Amino acid sequence: MSNTSFASRKSWSDRIFDIFVYVIISFVVIVTTYPFLNVLAISFNDSIDSVRGGITIFPREFTLDNYIKIFTFSGLITGFKISALRTIIGTILGLISASMLAFAISRVEFQARKWISTFLALTMYISGGLIPTYILMRDLGLMNSFAVYVLPGVVSAFNVFVVRSFIDSIPYALQESAKLDGANDFTIYWRIILPLAKPALATIALFLAVGQWNAWFDTYLYNGSNEALTTLQYELMKVLQSTTSGNGGDYRSNIPSNATNQVSPESIKMAITIVVTVPILIVYPFLQKYFVKGMTLGAVKS
Amino acid sequence: MKTATALETESSVNQPEPVRKPKSSNFWKTFKNQKYLYFMTIPFVIWVFVFSYLPLWGWTMAFQKYKPARSFFEQEWVGLEHFKTLFQDDQFLLSLRNTLAMSSMGLIAGFIFPITFALLLNELRLGIFKRFAQTISYLPHFVSWVVAAGIVTKMLSTENGMINAILVGLGIIHEPIQFMAQGHLFWGIVTLSDVWKETGWNAIIYLAAISGIGPELYEAARVDGATRLRQIRHITIPSIRPTIIVLLIMSVGNLLNIGFEKQFLLSNNLVTDYSQVLDLYSLKYGLGMARYSFGTAINIFNSVISVVLLFTINGIFKRTTKESLL
Repeated sequence: MSNTSFASRKSWSDRIFDIFVYVIISFVVIVTTYPFLNVLAISFNDSIDSVRGGITIFPREFTLDNYIKIFTFSGLITGFKISALRTIIGTILGLISASMLAFAISRVEFQARKWISTFLALTMYISGGLIPTYILMRDLGLMNSFAVYVLPGVVSAFNVFVVRSFIDSIPYALQESAKLDGANDFTIYWRIILPLAKPALATIALFLAVGQWNAWFDTYLYNGSNEALTTLQYELMKVLQSTTSGNGGDYRSNIPSNATNQVSPESIKMAITIVVTVPILIVYPFLQKYFVKGMTLGAVKS
Repeated sequence: MKTATALETESSVNQPEPVRKPKSSNFWKTFKNQKYLYFMTIPFVIWVFVFSYLPLWGWTMAFQKYKPARSFFEQEWVGLEHFKTLFQDDQFLLSLRNTLAMSSMGLIAGFIFPITFALLLNELRLGIFKRFAQTISYLPHFVSWVVAAGIVTKMLSTENGMINAILVGLGIIHEPIQFMAQGHLFWGIVTLSDVWKETGWNAIIYLAAISGIGPELYEAARVDGATRLRQIRHITIPSIRPTIIVLLIMSVGNLLNIGFEKQFLLSNNLVTDYSQVLDLYSLKYGLGMARYSFGTAINIFNSVISVVLLFTINGIFKRTTKESLL
């Protein structure tokens, strides 16, 4: 008797707990997704009708006009090209550097191993700061150039350590036997390590691509007045910030005004937001199993 | 005993010359053997030197009256003058206060929310819903701060903003609140935006740590009649403690490096007293006014304090918990 009452009491409290967990997690899911669905709905809604407000997750007067209209903004077309280009080039350069450095410092017998690891690790804790970096870019002649988007970020210590800890988990015997067969270090890297380290490389490729695609501050700082080198995020920033006059204040005094940053209707802004966001949202769920592993490895080791 | 020592000293006196010679030729021999490894690393080491270490050389600007047109040897040295100006500037104290406030709030929220989220997610029994919730929770991490700030501004706006609509609908407030125009709300808005964007992502590491806990612990607890809440308190949380501490040390080291993107994008003229962090201060009063030396002094202050904090916290943790990162 006492046994049954004990069991039922336990399952009763467990059930309450289960309900509580489901409610909280559902709340998180809604809070996360609702803003995106709302933006999507407004972007497909007639821009004059949107002013009335009250649109939730379905458009009230469906139209594609907003999307058709934003493709006439020249800044967005250039921005799209530059953003795509920097994402591709930046990711490739980052992958080459991270995989080569990670391979070399994972080799126990490499005599510069310790020195290079420390040299890299220090960069994670100390940085010169905004102005010394700005002056350096200017002295290197990188102002008003495409190179300023991709060159500074070629080596990332964090990415190197993520790949390194993955390579460490590959049996060393594979490299040893290849060496006995007469393979040199580059062949081992190219033929053995690169194919096996694909999960780690996929992880950092995602980090690099997202970082490049989402960057806007370097455009603002180095190429703000050069319309030929504008990026998509920077264009979106100008459009979004154009609502409240004086938004951001003095920081933005050097932003030139052009066709895209006159105050745009809400629906136009939302359509641009969607165009900027969608490429990444399509890619990330497929890479989920890789980056979860990569994040975990990187955090545990470094 | 004595002879042994004598022999040893004698041999150590005689050794150096013949030992050093093969050692250095060994170095070049190994260097030749490992030439591919060197080819693959040296270009990037130079790269890191240029883009990560050369800016540190730029710190000398803070002690000069830096003029871009002059070479390094022609600069006029002024000692600590810029730091004196800095410490006497009201804007500096304001920026330091804002930086510390927002980073501490972010630090605390950045632990409580992801840990709670990971613990709750782990309790979900339906595998499909768990995976779905997890995938959704990463979503905001991948959008830029430009987009996130746009969404936050939209949700909080007085014209058709969702938050105001809900609050008015529930009768909690009668008039929509101008959230973005209230200085004293700015810190909270930044912190909650960060929570919205990064909670799911930051929970990844805790979820991984939780999944490494042996199921036998929970089975034993269930046999003893422990409720799920007690299992969380006495098994799950103690098991992920080391992970929490390592991440805590790392975040404290970055306390002052909170970035400025969100503050830059969410701020407006009405809230600058609460939104201006050290980096924005150096951007506006240093770079914006071409006072490069003064701005560099701000950056140095920022970096040095971060490193000092990192070592202090690491030292404290080392002494109290035997966990260390460095």
